[in-house]
Amino acid sequence: MAVELDVFVGNTTIMDEEVYQLWLDGYTVNDAVKVRMAGGMLDECEANQDVLLSDTMDQYRTFQMCERLLQSPAKLANQLLFQIPPHRQTMLIERYYAFDDVFVREVLGKKLSKGTKKDLDDIGAKTGVTLKSCRRQFDNFKRVFKVVEELKGPLVENIRQHFLLSDKLARDYAAIVFFANNRFETGKKKLQYLTFQDFAFCAGQLINNWTVGAVDNTVEDMDVDLDKEFLQELKELKILITDKDLLDQHKSLVCTALRGKTKAFAEMEANFKNLSRGLVNIATKLTNTKDVRDFFIDLVEKFIEPCRSDRWTSADIKLYLTHYTNSAHILDSFKHQAVWDRYMGVIKSCIYKMYHD
Amino acid sequence: MPGKLKAKIVAGRHLPVMDRASDLTDAFVEVKFGNTTFKTDVFPKSLNPQWNSEWFKFEVDDEDLQDEPLQITVLDHDTYSANDAIGKVYIDIDPLLCTEAASIISGWFPIYDTIHGIRGEINVLVKVELFNDLNRFRQSSCGVKFFCTTSIPRGYRAAMVHGFVEELVVNEDPEYQWIDRIRTPRASNEARQRLISLMSGELQRKIGLKVLEMGGNAVVGYLQCFDLEGESGLVVRAIGTACTLEKQSSGSLVNTHTHPNTAPASNACNSPSKDGKEPVFGEDLPSSSGPPTPFRNLPTSSSSPPPFSPFKPCSRQSSSSDTDLSLTPKTGMGSGGSAGKEAGPLKTLLRQQTQTALEQREFPFFTLTSFPPGFLVHVGGVVSARSVKLLDRIHNPDEPETRDAWWEEIRQEIKSHAKALGCHAVVGYSENTSICEEVCILSASGTAAILNPRYMREGCLDIGSTDQRFDDPSPPSCGFCHIPYDELNMPFPAQLTYCYNCRRQKVPDVLFTTIDLPAEAAVTGKGCLIQARLCRLKKKAQGEVNATAISNLLPFMEYELHTQLMNKLKLRSMNALFGLHIQISVGENMLLGLASATGVYLTALPAPGGIQIAGKTSGDLNNEQHIQAIQKRINDTIAKNKELYQINPPELTEEGVGSPIPEPRHRSRLFRSHSESSDEVSELDLSHGKKDAFVLEIDDTDAVEDIHSLLIDASPPTGFYTCNTETMPGIYNWTTAVQMFTSVRVLRLSNANLSNQSLNKIFTDLCENLLKSFYFKLRSNIPCCLCHLNFTVAVPEEELIQVSVTAVAMTFDKDQTQERFITKGGIETEEQLQFPLELCADSSSTNAQPSSKFSGVPENTIVSPRAASVDYGSFADRCSTWLELLRLKAHTIRRGSVKTSRRTQSLAHSVSSLEHCSPLTEGRPRSLRSSRSFGGSSVTMVKMTPLSFLPGTRIIKYLGIINMFFIRETTSLREEGGVSGFLHSFIAEVFAMVRAHVAALGGNAVVSYSMKDCVLMENPNKNQAQCLINVSGDAVICVRETDQEPMTSMTNIGQTCAADGAT
Repeated sequence: MAVELDVFVGNTTIMDEEVYQLWLDGYTVNDAVKVRMAGGMLDECEANQDVLLSDTMDQYRTFQMCERLLQSPAKLANQLLFQIPPHRQTMLIERYYAFDDVFVREVLGKKLSKGTKKDLDDIGAKTGVTLKSCRRQFDNFKRVFKVVEELKGPLVENIRQHFLLSDKLARDYAAIVFFANNRFETGKKKLQYLTFQDFAFCAGQLINNWTVGAVDNTVEDMDVDLDKEFLQELKELKILITDKDLLDQHKSLVCTALRGKTKAFAEMEANFKNLSRGLVNIATKLTNTKDVRDFFIDLVEKFIEPCRSDRWTSADIKLYLTHYTNSAHILDSFKHQAVWDRYMGVIKSCIYKMYHD
Repeated sequence: MPGKLKAKIVAGRHLPVMDRASDLTDAFVEVKFGNTTFKTDVFPKSLNPQWNSEWFKFEVDDEDLQDEPLQITVLDHDTYSANDAIGKVYIDIDPLLCTEAASIISGWFPIYDTIHGIRGEINVLVKVELFNDLNRFRQSSCGVKFFCTTSIPRGYRAAMVHGFVEELVVNEDPEYQWIDRIRTPRASNEARQRLISLMSGELQRKIGLKVLEMGGNAVVGYLQCFDLEGESGLVVRAIGTACTLEKQSSGSLVNTHTHPNTAPASNACNSPSKDGKEPVFGEDLPSSSGPPTPFRNLPTSSSSPPPFSPFKPCSRQSSSSDTDLSLTPKTGMGSGGSAGKEAGPLKTLLRQQTQTALEQREFPFFTLTSFPPGFLVHVGGVVSARSVKLLDRIHNPDEPETRDAWWEEIRQEIKSHAKALGCHAVVGYSENTSICEEVCILSASGTAAILNPRYMREGCLDIGSTDQRFDDPSPPSCGFCHIPYDELNMPFPAQLTYCYNCRRQKVPDVLFTTIDLPAEAAVTGKGCLIQARLCRLKKKAQGEVNATAISNLLPFMEYELHTQLMNKLKLRSMNALFGLHIQISVGENMLLGLASATGVYLTALPAPGGIQIAGKTSGDLNNEQHIQAIQKRINDTIAKNKELYQINPPELTEEGVGSPIPEPRHRSRLFRSHSESSDEVSELDLSHGKKDAFVLEIDDTDAVEDIHSLLIDASPPTGFYTCNTETMPGIYNWTTAVQMFTSVRVLRLSNANLSNQSLNKIFTDLCENLLKSFYFKLRSNIPCCLCHLNFTVAVPEEELIQVSVTAVAMTFDKDQTQERFITKGGIETEEQLQFPLELCADSSSTNAQPSSKFSGVPENTIVSPRAASVDYGSFADRCSTWLELLRLKAHTIRRGSVKTSRRTQSLAHSVSSLEHCSPLTEGRPRSLRSSRSFGGSSVTMVKMTPLSFLPGTRIIKYLGIINMFFIRETTSLREEGGVSGFLHSFIAEVFAMVRAHVAALGGNAVVSYSMKDCVLMENPNKNQAQCLINVSGDAVICVRETDQEPMTSMTNIGQTCAADGAT
């Protein structure tokens, strides 16, 4: 005797959030049943293993049928096949597009190509995320990337509208798209300590301040590509380190302001020129795509690591960068205040975020 | 040229990609009606085309309007090769032909293809302009309203109930035509869909004509079925109850909703105004919220229950006495004078009166299952008839005489069974078939009943007034239980006692019916679903041999199902079954029997005795211990069930009252057992507590198995109730949360050599496991009741058992139930006696005291020990009769029938006090909570339910009947997730199409929904499967009870979601 067929269809589609999560996490039906049994489901409503199995199969089938709709969430709202109350729709979409930080950390900045997709089993093995779930997450990134690539208007807003995601999730996706587009290097060993959220924050800063969209919100790809003009202008900052007078002047202004305010003052004074050269060099090299990719590694190597070896605290970093930025305004011969602010604004917040005590 | 049909194609969306090169589609649309076809322009390269066509106009006869569906085909234009069909939409325009129903069809319809399922949607507008047709010989019946609902639809009152209408049409099944060999299966299936759509239209039109002839304007309880007879053809048949319905005035609508206590009671059968005075049924009663003479205010809706009459409208009773009468619906009827003892002669008289009216019609059958108070006087019991036929080719589709004759035969038999029960009518009537190869079992069943003669056409007024004077009416809460037949000349052996409610009339010990529990019935505790399940192997055979074998098995199956039902009923300490539906399904090598019903404890009937186990051989010590162990289990189960279903018969508390009426007691017991060992049995001490017990004898292993199977039925987990009727007694405060579902399970029997016993076990487990799955899946709805659990069994092929279930989970508020239950019990047993009916009748001012309304009869209950044994002998007797009958008929099979039939005793009880509805008042506001709207959706939420109402809402308009037939096929079964995946998406698609049609009619719900057929054929080796589904229901607009406007949660909240991701 075998159950040849077993279906249950509700007029309002019944979806159990717990099973949905198991499905999203890539559990097989049998594994999902085991998890549910371990979770005490058997005690509910006098269920037994067969009941759980039948229920899990039904739900898995429902999710599979829904998956096509979830891939273009706007359709979910006006399709007729499944009657799902709007708040449930929101939950389904949000969960479908949710991702594991450990997974996204692995693919962040990589090209969303078939090549990367082939590596997913390695990534899965490394992160403990099932291959099925990896694929879903990867395909989500790719899908979002493809759709917004061709759209005008603000990146976050586009993602939110097209995929009906929450603001938070839309921002995360914007970061992923942004990283993938600019191919930022995030995989180097020195960057391993940074979490996805650190990068997402930085991406937000870059998108808001350094892209074309920051000045003109009508161009295509405005939030995805960095503002070329601005990158050109950054070259002008070189004067801060090439002009010896300016450099000294800058140093003395900063040191005056910092004196007595921090224990690390000695190290700051000693390292000022190095650090300043580091930051300004990063700025001037950003016209090269290769150097853009190395932006984060440069920040770490040129600034964060020296500070960390001198045991600066976060407060020290904040103090130092604030005065470092502001003092430049007082330099008479330094004419690039606007560019400086646009540059240092982002650098400051990125470094705060990336500097873990 | 009496009608102009206009259609406009607006747009499409989510179309499939038809051109691989561009990933787009060049779509256009063909609109076809009859032989006329129009086309839209091609809208190139889009998956979301905007055709915005002109209005296509079809000038047609209204006959065609009724028969034909509007066919919309979406195609992909292809310059070089033939255009590819994307899919079709069939729109039944019948709802537009009725002035009271929908006026326009407008909305998004899923584009359906038999191979690919739903492929995008199309937005269509359809209108009809009808011209008046003065032709007296017309063939159309536009304007006759159809309802699947098996009660008088809410918002209407039945001015008259005309009676039974039936019709069948036959045709060749396109699938079995020679052309099928050369055309694709897809073309065949499309031809079938189209044909069946046409046939349903034609059938409905013909039924409509009959209704018009009878002078009616509506069909209620419309039940349409398909018989796929394979090579011998395709039969579409329908039965229904013709009525003259009148719309309730809108004033009354307002009235109703001023009184909040109607609330949960929107329940089908309760028409619960707190004073419970109006006998009209339908929920929108012209009820007076206050006591003062409501009927004078609303003279138009005289609230008398619908008279039923075959042909011409009877004059409306407007005299005050009639009005009063209607207040006490039972009045006219009761048998017996005040002493209630001379019931016999009066009953005869009664029978004569009613017969005159009913005899005029060929079949006094009613497909209704719930009635206006006062309509149903007595219930005799279930009557059923089955007949086994060999199918042969239908030679002349225009004169389907054979099939007509078959049904005619069966109906005659039902009629005569009803007569034997002393009844002149059959209510809750239904018919169905089971076909396997060339053998077909036709079944019909219903409940024999006596209806109030006051509602008969002839002389109803006179009878009404005289009766009222000196007839002592039975109280509504028990009257229907009183036996209709002659006590001295009973049609079958039964134990009669005086009614425990009024103590005046005799009632049987158990009552089986196919109808819903009358709203007025006095019930103790809660009810539950009771099922008897049975498998019987049979040898494979052909033709007549096969038919004979089947008909030989039938009586045994019925007998066993009946026994099982009886045992299970006793095990739950209940005494009546409602909504009984027995299905016998035939397969090549087995027969399946499934009987489902809702058991309740009717206060009017005696408490059931326990079940006593008796061993055949008394000497064996082991055996003895074994028996004792089983006996203990049974007793424990009974005790547990009593607690579970809160069955505490009031009699226990009334012991002190004493009974004024002498009571027959210590009737000599009958302990005949169906086996020969009856002698021994009678020597045992059979008493079970105070009451006499029902004896089960263990004489062989089979019996042990039977008892085990009796005990394995698990009761529902805490928080769940189950029933197959519209509502559960004892629960009123439903919330608006409903979850309708369909579930299908197919089991493959791998072991070829199964015994009957193990088959039974497998089948029982299948049903029980399904229920367990439902409990688990619906656990978030707790506390809830699974209502209208409708199980259908089939044997699609050898070794396969298919069970399909459609039901609705309705959530209720737990706390209130408890209170209510207690209140109810209290009210019921209290006085309400001393007000003779005349009081009410005399002056309407008496009505001021709501509680006195239903007064009537002292209801001290008989307390003392009684003889309540049910005897097996009666079954045995009947069984042997069947066998004789069979023997007699055995040689008449030749292309004819072998039939078996049977009757079951039962009683129905009737009008119960409506007062327990009144405490519902507080339920309202809370129950609305769950229906709050969620914004943002561009798709109308459409609720579906197999019940005739949605809790917490009021139906303000019936938009027409939904009757849809779909076929789906696949040649890539594995890719679609196997049969489960295939059927899962198909059922979801069917739901979607039903919802879309309802929404396009402007509705937001489907009531009385049912899935009448689900025929699945699979061939996994070829990677193929095919499935046919037929569904029906009534499209309605409903509003929250407190609102005037359609429920916000259900209306369109506009705001289409931003641009389609697809484009």
